[in-house]
Amino acid sequence: MSLWSRISNAVHGERLNREIDEELQSHIEEAIASGRDPKEARRAFGCALHTREASHSIRAVGWLESLLDDISFGWRQLCRNKVTSVAAVLSLALGIGSCVAAFRLIDALLWRPLPMSNPGNLYVLSHKMTGFDGKPIEDGHWATRDFNLMRDAVQDQADLIAISDADRTDITWSTDDDIEKAHAAYVSGNMFPIFGLKPALGRLLSRVDDRGPGLSSYAVLSWDYWNHRFGRDPHVLGSLLHIGDQTFEIIGVGPRDFTGTEKGTVTDIFLPLSMNRFATQDRMDWHRVFLMLKPGVNPATALEPLRQHLSAVNRAFGADCATCFRGADQAAVNRYLNQTLSFYPAGAGISDLQKEYRRLLGALGFLAALVLLIACVNVANLMTAQGAARAQEMALRISIGAGRRRLVQLILCQSTLLAVVASVLGAFFAAWSAPFVLSLINPPDNPARLALAADWRVRLFGFGLILVVVLLLGLLPALRASAVRPVAALKGGEDPHSPRRIMRGAIALQVAFCCLVLFLSSLFVASFRRLQNRPLGFSTDRLLLLETVAGKGQLPGVWIQTAEALSAVPGANSVAIARWPLLGRIQINSDISINGAPPSATPAFFLNVSPGWLSTMKIPLVFGRDFYPQDTSPGAAIVNQTFANTFFPGQDPIGRTFARDANQPLYHIVGVTPDVPYHDLREPSRAVFYIPFVEINDQSAPKAVDFATFVIHTDTQNPLALAGSLRQFIAQRHNGLRVSNITTQLDLFRDQTIRERLIALLAAFFAVVALLLAGIGLYAVLNYSVLRRRREIGIRMAIGAPRVGIVRLVTLDVFVTIALGCWAGVALGFGAARYVESLFYQVKATDADMIASPTCAILLTALVATLPAVLRALHTDPTEILRSQ
Amino acid sequence: MAKTDALQGSLDLLVLKILSRRPRLHGYAIMAAIASRSGEVLRAEEGSLYPALYRMEEAGWIRAEWIKKDSGRRARVYELTAAGKKQLGVEESRWQSISLAINRVLREV
Repeated sequence: MSLWSRISNAVHGERLNREIDEELQSHIEEAIASGRDPKEARRAFGCALHTREASHSIRAVGWLESLLDDISFGWRQLCRNKVTSVAAVLSLALGIGSCVAAFRLIDALLWRPLPMSNPGNLYVLSHKMTGFDGKPIEDGHWATRDFNLMRDAVQDQADLIAISDADRTDITWSTDDDIEKAHAAYVSGNMFPIFGLKPALGRLLSRVDDRGPGLSSYAVLSWDYWNHRFGRDPHVLGSLLHIGDQTFEIIGVGPRDFTGTEKGTVTDIFLPLSMNRFATQDRMDWHRVFLMLKPGVNPATALEPLRQHLSAVNRAFGADCATCFRGADQAAVNRYLNQTLSFYPAGAGISDLQKEYRRLLGALGFLAALVLLIACVNVANLMTAQGAARAQEMALRISIGAGRRRLVQLILCQSTLLAVVASVLGAFFAAWSAPFVLSLINPPDNPARLALAADWRVRLFGFGLILVVVLLLGLLPALRASAVRPVAALKGGEDPHSPRRIMRGAIALQVAFCCLVLFLSSLFVASFRRLQNRPLGFSTDRLLLLETVAGKGQLPGVWIQTAEALSAVPGANSVAIARWPLLGRIQINSDISINGAPPSATPAFFLNVSPGWLSTMKIPLVFGRDFYPQDTSPGAAIVNQTFANTFFPGQDPIGRTFARDANQPLYHIVGVTPDVPYHDLREPSRAVFYIPFVEINDQSAPKAVDFATFVIHTDTQNPLALAGSLRQFIAQRHNGLRVSNITTQLDLFRDQTIRERLIALLAAFFAVVALLLAGIGLYAVLNYSVLRRRREIGIRMAIGAPRVGIVRLVTLDVFVTIALGCWAGVALGFGAARYVESLFYQVKATDADMIASPTCAILLTALVATLPAVLRALHTDPTEILRSQ
Repeated sequence: MAKTDALQGSLDLLVLKILSRRPRLHGYAIMAAIASRSGEVLRAEEGSLYPALYRMEEAGWIRAEWIKKDSGRRARVYELTAAGKKQLGVEESRWQSISLAINRVLREV
């Protein structure tokens, strides 16, 4: 109560003074009223002003009052230099906002613990092994029987949990509905209980649901999916969900925050592990395995024995799998079985998005931090300039008794004001930009989704950032101001070079950071452009892709008839069928055996295509011919040049044969195409062979096809304009085919460049901001230095210094500083580039143009920024200056 | 000056004592009461009363209130709080023991 009244009195200092005055006045009036002589009464009272001062300091919090004074003084200072202050606040806001946004993204994707109990005790298992091609592999996927064996082996110390990746799955809610997409994950029944999750509705899956393959056809919805698909309708319990030929009953809805363990993907539906057909296939490594230590088990001592125990179980499982390695070389099998298990902490979830974007977000955060640093240096520079201009004021304050602490407080107040105002703006910027950047990670099939909460973690970070900014901004000017020697400053004779030295150092720092940002961005932008302009070997123009499914399968004839019908639709130019699109998600390889020999070490990738697919994709033939309609697989094959060079080096491949394993039917090579990227734009050329869409079995009867993609070259510029009508067209034929997904070849191509585009875009943005800030900083410093040296310049001109000499005087040391800064920046850039090398495509940090372009940009900016100051120096009128000073 | 010094250590005690007898006095009345009770011996520099009052107010021994006087002007009146009553006891016993001790010294020399 009393402290509160003192705080309130500090805020209302004037009112307090009035109150005290009123009371003292009433005292004297009482004295006079009681008959005393007014003069005597006043004398007996003593010095009223002294009493008021003493009373005031008792009744108000002194330091708070002086702080408030300083804040209001600082605010007035900021308002006086409006343009400078606005520039300072905006640049700081941009820097702070970018840093906070980067932190939000990094935190949400990589650091934030999953909403579950004891996330710190959760680990994920992965195995390192030597692949059959001799290359080391690290993989985090496991076979279900292997998982079951391992789980039972260590159940005393830890729980093992199986969770599959949340795949985008075709689902229908009642048999006649359209196909929808949802992210479905298969989980072992112990996941929900071990994670300590409680249902929002109904019940969750439990250990009972692991009872056996196909026995537990229940599904749990995630809260998020229940919310946006069903509007939180409680009657969803009991409704039926169809996936392929399976039917699931909805038994419950998960807790509100839990969206699965795969950061970046929101799981919509949780299904029992045992319901997936892969669960019975020993060769299929298809789900992740998590390990949750039992409470009270010490991770430091327990993990290593657990790892060894699990390794032994895993090895026994591998050796036990008789069918797994049929025909493979025994040494290779042994190498493969010799797996090393490792645990990784998985409390923050685990996903491919994390793996892919960890470096990118790191680079992004680094660039944002650099921009903030540049902005800080900039503003500190401006404040130093102002501080130097205020040296006389500071000296005066010290002479009349201000403590140096009070002076430091005065300046820190000003920088805090700047930082706080900037951080408010920055918070708005971060609130907008973090979701915006996330929305750029937007493959149409699987846009990244993250919960970007603005909770205490973000606020704590923001608060720490403000503190750092205040110190960066204020400390140097504050120390300088407090070191003012009043006598020297008031005489006007303080060393005129000392603030310039500091500012020049700051310029060097700024240029170095700016150069670093520019250098990294030019690398990222060049990477993106080279990837974007990579020669594809096929056309992505006007190609519509209808990914189509056919339940349990339809004969190739049905597919081919549908394709022919599609080609008659107005707007469709040519139509072909491929089992899956190029640059899509699917890639399948096959052993290659030449002349009945055992399969070679390098497998080749394949794709079933219909006649005309090559011309629809605009892939030319180097030799030979396209498929005829009567060609079947096995039978004919078209190979790419890498295939020909790998398996038939120096020979004419046309007419040669190969098989997909020893003692399998032969394929005759009928054509050769150039290499085109098959799965990944960044990959080096790989051996690919194309085989006819129509596959036949041993009895020469065609095999049913359960999914394929119609590739349609359209007349219109925007192929998606035809999507709706073509989807309906196929549905109306009622021949068992249903369109499951529609995309374009261009979108698939763009998907592959999303990461590069994102980092190039943001890096270019940061580069522009950094350049702008550096330009403003240079301009301010040079302008200031010319103003300070007006007298010197005037004298020099008066005694006949040539103009060139004046220009040199003004600019020489600045350009030396810039050169030093550039050099340091590029040196730093080499170091930093090594860390983000994995994000580059066909670009090296040592490329001459990568170094040249940022340096040129900085020099150009420096020229533009110094021009006004140079002109001002040249237009100095010696007579006027000398007269006024 | 000598009078003031004599008061210095005991001003709190006097103010508390006066207020315990007669609540709701303004500053001038407190001062006048001290002067009249002491037979005009104890007279402080009147202005120094106020910082002492404010200090005691901050300490929570007394509380103040603005009232309107008949003349239409405002006056700030003070009264003892519970903490002030306790403090009065402490100050009184301290004063007793000090004056006893001083008396003892005076007697023996």
